[in-house]
Amino acid sequence: MDKLIIQILNESRQRIYTMWMDEMDRVREDHRLQSITDATYEDTNKELFEIIYTHIEQNVHKPTERMTEFAERLLKVGWRLSYITQGLQTFRRIILAVLLDADHSNEKVFNMYDEIDRWIDPIINQLINESAKNWENTVSIQKVALQELSAPLIPVFENISVMPLIGTIDTERAKLIMENLLTGVIKHRSQVVLIDITGVPVVDTMVAHHIIQAAEAVRLVGAQCILVGIRPEIAQTIVNLGIDLGQFPTKSTLFKGMKTALEMTKRQMIDLDE
Amino acid sequence: MNIQSCVEVRNEWDIVKARQSGRNIAKELGFGTVDQARITTAISELARNIYLYAGKGEVSIERTETGSKVGLKIIAADSGPGIKDIRRVMEDGFTTSGGLGAGLPGVKRLMDEFTIDSKENEGTTITAIKWLR
Repeated sequence: MDKLIIQILNESRQRIYTMWMDEMDRVREDHRLQSITDATYEDTNKELFEIIYTHIEQNVHKPTERMTEFAERLLKVGWRLSYITQGLQTFRRIILAVLLDADHSNEKVFNMYDEIDRWIDPIINQLINESAKNWENTVSIQKVALQELSAPLIPVFENISVMPLIGTIDTERAKLIMENLLTGVIKHRSQVVLIDITGVPVVDTMVAHHIIQAAEAVRLVGAQCILVGIRPEIAQTIVNLGIDLGQFPTKSTLFKGMKTALEMTKRQMIDLDE
Repeated sequence: MNIQSCVEVRNEWDIVKARQSGRNIAKELGFGTVDQARITTAISELARNIYLYAGKGEVSIERTETGSKVGLKIIAADSGPGIKDIRRVMEDGFTTSGGLGAGLPGVKRLMDEFTIDSKENEGTTITAIKWLR
């Protein structure tokens, strides 16, 4: 960076600091930071200011390690990225005002603008990029985690498996349900599969359609589906919708379904008499 | 008190959002669990139709009143391709997407009042009301 700029900035550091702190106090509410103590806010501001200044001294055009660490730390405790980006933008506005206080030629003014922009913009961009990457990462990890929870098939007894479904069923999940059902049925040599929909909040025509299709596919590979966990209100909506679930047995609870499944595989539950 | 909410439907998750706000409003208005399930399912159907056929649209849910009756009104509006033959889509089992074909006639049975307003190439607005008993 231009030596003159650095010199001016170092000379008026205290003035810039006061102006910047004033400005940051004013935008505090925008970042929803009212709940943080004044002391913490001031300390953090001070630290950010220090970090910005080290950028000037080291003359780097990308965030230093200290800056990225600082950003990561703040984001982790729930501060917004906009706090830092606005801090940088405010800083730019103030130093430009300070720099232009002195009389300069037009060309000089233009150069200063240019220099400061080239210096601050890459820092902001990279901070935003990194935080976006972080989010994307989190979302994709959660997606995988959700997928693992999505449609488990549990072999409970010999020839009997259970698939408990919890939560909303969308198209992607419906596909997974079908796949896991079919591969599971073949892998565990199940004759009966209980699909438990106790945890499915809404059974609309699409969900019903997917369940019917899955049951039909299971029938094709030689096993039988029992739909269990139908709550009374769900039963009423299914009837209202006019959905025909008559092709396979349905039971109100997993327990009753299990009994039926055992009967179908020629077994039964008995109480042991002492 | 003015209870209402409006959800833009653009993807599958918006359907979940729409029916969640529908369930909340139904609960607040004092509907029982069975009617809550009916209302949520109806919203789910209507929102899914928007997502499936029009791509994007809006589902608004609001409290409505006539005389001494209080109810919940669902308005599902889109500017999609419109419905060619309204009589046919109200038939059970008619579908253009390979589904069950129970959606619209089902919604009509789930709710107390039901109107379709649709123009080809201009869009569809479906209004459905469930009265509080």
